[in-house]
Amino acid sequence: GILHGHEKLPELQSGNCSVLNCRIILEINMASGQQWVLVEMVQAFYEAPAYHLILEGILILWIIRLLFSKTYKLHETYKLTEKEKEDLIEEWQPEPLAPPVSKDHLHLNYDLVTGPPSHKIILNGKECINFASFNFLGLLDHERVKEKALASLKKYGVGTCGPRGFYGTFDVHLELESRLAKFMKAEEAIIYSYGFATIASAIPAYSKRGDIIFVDEAACFSIQKGLQASRSFIKYFKHNDMDDLERLLKEQELEDQKNPRKARVIRKFIVVEGLYINTADICPLPELVNLKYKYKVRIFLEESMSFGVLGEHGRGVTEHYGVNIDDIDLISANMENAVASVGGFCCGRSFVIDHQRLSGQGYCFSASLPPMLAAAAIEALNIMEEDPDIFTVLREKCKHVYKALQGTTGLKLVGEPFAPALHLQLERSSGSRDSDMQLLRTIVDYCLERHVALTLARYLEKEERFLPPPSIRVVVTIKQEKEDIQRAVSCIKEAASVILK
Amino acid sequence: EFWDTEFSSESILKSTMNDFICGQYNRPFLESFEETPMLVAVLTYMGYGILTIFGYLRDFLRHWKIERCHIAREKEEQRDFVPLYQDFENFYTRNLYMRIRDNWNRPICSVPGAKVDLMERTSRDYNWTFEYTGRVVLDVINLGSYNYLGFAENTGPCADSAAEITMKYGVGVASTRQEIGNLDRHEELEKLVAKFLGVESAMVFGMGFATNSMNIPALTGKGCLILSDELNHASLVLGARLSGSTIRVFKHNNMQSLEKLLRDAIVHGQPRTHRPWKKILIVVEGIYSMEGSIVRLPEVIDLKKRYRAYLYLDEAHSIGALGSRGRGVVDYFGLDPCDVDVLMGTFTKSFGAAGGYIAGKWELIEYLRSHSHSAVYATSMSPPVVEQIITSMKCIMGEDGTTIGCDRVRKLAENTVYFRRRLREMGFIIYGNEDSPVVPMMLYMPAKIGAFGREMLKRNIGVVVVGFPATPIIESRARFCISAAHTKEMLDRALSVISEVGDLLQLKYSRRRIQPSLSLPCDDIVFEDIDD
Repeated sequence: GILHGHEKLPELQSGNCSVLNCRIILEINMASGQQWVLVEMVQAFYEAPAYHLILEGILILWIIRLLFSKTYKLHETYKLTEKEKEDLIEEWQPEPLAPPVSKDHLHLNYDLVTGPPSHKIILNGKECINFASFNFLGLLDHERVKEKALASLKKYGVGTCGPRGFYGTFDVHLELESRLAKFMKAEEAIIYSYGFATIASAIPAYSKRGDIIFVDEAACFSIQKGLQASRSFIKYFKHNDMDDLERLLKEQELEDQKNPRKARVIRKFIVVEGLYINTADICPLPELVNLKYKYKVRIFLEESMSFGVLGEHGRGVTEHYGVNIDDIDLISANMENAVASVGGFCCGRSFVIDHQRLSGQGYCFSASLPPMLAAAAIEALNIMEEDPDIFTVLREKCKHVYKALQGTTGLKLVGEPFAPALHLQLERSSGSRDSDMQLLRTIVDYCLERHVALTLARYLEKEERFLPPPSIRVVVTIKQEKEDIQRAVSCIKEAASVILK
Repeated sequence: EFWDTEFSSESILKSTMNDFICGQYNRPFLESFEETPMLVAVLTYMGYGILTIFGYLRDFLRHWKIERCHIAREKEEQRDFVPLYQDFENFYTRNLYMRIRDNWNRPICSVPGAKVDLMERTSRDYNWTFEYTGRVVLDVINLGSYNYLGFAENTGPCADSAAEITMKYGVGVASTRQEIGNLDRHEELEKLVAKFLGVESAMVFGMGFATNSMNIPALTGKGCLILSDELNHASLVLGARLSGSTIRVFKHNNMQSLEKLLRDAIVHGQPRTHRPWKKILIVVEGIYSMEGSIVRLPEVIDLKKRYRAYLYLDEAHSIGALGSRGRGVVDYFGLDPCDVDVLMGTFTKSFGAAGGYIAGKWELIEYLRSHSHSAVYATSMSPPVVEQIITSMKCIMGEDGTTIGCDRVRKLAENTVYFRRRLREMGFIIYGNEDSPVVPMMLYMPAKIGAFGREMLKRNIGVVVVGFPATPIIESRARFCISAAHTKEMLDRALSVISEVGDLLQLKYSRRRIQPSLSLPCDDIVFEDIDD
């Protein structure tokens, strides 16, 4: 219509009344010649013949259609016919659901425990002294613990038949939570029904997509799963290497300075273990706390191996170093090692912990811990509180074992002297992991023959981020007497000298 | 021309499907989800609107310290850290959930059986904190626990044998299955589970949630496709996510949607690379715990066979609770358990214990024994819990020489049908399958969630109410879990109270007349019938 406006200029005078009025108003308001064109356009619109307008309308619609339709349908040219589709479906052969496993695969032959897995254990039919279960304080078959569990069973039955939210909260759970908080001197504690799920649920409750987590390379598998579930950026630092961690933190600080707006919403966490299950050494907590405040990063501490072990009262790494527990944002531990029950817990400030009651997946969506297991944990805490000497006894035994195992031919003892779960690695690898495992297994079997129960440390070799070298676990418990330790140590040394000539 | 071929092939497909359904279902499959009445939907949205406006108002007041703020604060030294929570994350918790928080986490102090004792609690600050009065609310009829077969007991054979094992073994294991935590009791249980389900082999795990989230990653990985029902449980979603596979979601229990995804997946292969998928795993649940629906298993099995996909069936709620022999949804439809590749279930519900299992072919289980995250890294199951499962399972199987288990399975089915029918007759909108012991009753409006829970408790009946985010925002509901332990008197008492509260709160939304007869011919399958 625009082009036609000019052609119709001479007809302007014959315009009807309303257009004239309009023109007058426009003339008053506008001054420049440009605006004149506008007026003419309006005029032309009124005067154009109907067929013209319809045609132009169609043109405009056509343009709109072109604008909004997809320009070029690539896939349409590849559209398959039904026959072709059927053929493709017919053709497709999936991989088997589970790859076939060879019968001699090392992992398949589980060792069989007959009867209770306590200090004396019947392993593959042989009565042995247990140097493999994480029953550090010997509470697994403690009479008092059993009695309390039994009493709870008589009152509540076994299962809870529901998650915490839906009538799965028992008075025992509330008691255990407050007892744990009191024991750890933290504001609040929350319990999970499965040790593995504890830290694996806690991490993704706070750290989301876009957040950054700094993790020690030696972190255990449940931490790794938590990291994966959180979908955050993961930055690994070398095991216990604070310089490497600080380097990463500095890098991030520079990054943040470049983009301060983004940095204001990116949460940052350091995730470490107290005593590392994979390396049996301790994290340098005081230095970590310094870095925390320096770079404004929160610390999550996993203490499954150190809770009920380290510190004067068994409170773990914080007590061991004398670090204020309030400086650690979240401590998680399981109740399956020292406490010798089942489940796990997180503790810390209420501001942090309470969030998990709606956001911890393993807490919200899982049935709660059977009350008898919670009752057993409470009694274990009672024993730990009544007699803090057991921690000293354990520490002495650890040191004793550590010293005694030094200088084993062909084997290297890995870990701290006060760690209750040590690793014996091969001094020289035979070249392949499988044959190393086989060698270590021979040592374990040799000891088993002589009534000492040991175990290989098991890993999912393809899944671990940093696979630890093959090792034999040596677990110290307070039930082990001098003679037991003597026998085990001489057995291991003998085996090593026979097998690793 | 193109459209023509597409259309005709689809119609052929549909007709073959129908023939097939007729042959596969051995009983009428009645499942309904009555449409939300328009007025109710509008009022519900308005309710949320008002709550949101007041939420903002109160946040404003809290911000200017006019209203007292009860929220726990970040510690002083860490105020300049990046905030741990986004403000909007907690808006819902602070302003909606907090108002009706007293309906959840109600602590109990007895067996979670047919009746339960609750610890009385009050709040002086509108649910921010609770105080325990020390009094106990006795004998509340329990419509909340997943105690389907009534095995949550503190007396009887299960409790006795669990007690014996507690004294013999203790409660812990302190090691993993692969290291030194493989007890004889575990192996016995696994053999029993395999026998119970009628499959070659089984493996048990200490936590039901983890059974899903720690084993799916062992089965699928990169280059694999997981087809997941949109209403699958969080544990399945987490497991699928941890596996690193591609996840596609099909409409709830909608076989057309599933078939379309299957066809497209095989025809087009992986996105971008167009390589064929390594394997396709269909993940479904037996009974969906929020909808009360039962999976259309015969059709799923047909699809999986036709397209060579694998099937992962989570029987958390259905094992023990469905089927004439209590063997779950497979038994319910009279199918062969070997047609399901991965049978998963939990012991928390029907068996009154804790933990979960995976069962299937020998190769599958052997593979899991070496590759399951749980077997390698998680402490194995507590011996008394194992014992509880062994005893209750033997009871269901009739191996204890009694018909107790059998009777309970039958009683549960009767109770379910009765309870659902009566609720429907009263005019409530009830979701799900006629035979599902999970009975969701629609409340819709946010204010009614709290009101219903409280009014029921006042009348000594414990119910579970759920709202967003566990359900779609307007579909808040109450959920009743029927148990074999419920007597007719208990159910009648509960029903009359529900009716009373229903009148009080105007919950009888249904505009449908009660069908006079349930004996429908086989091909009359009510498929999401939303006509009214």
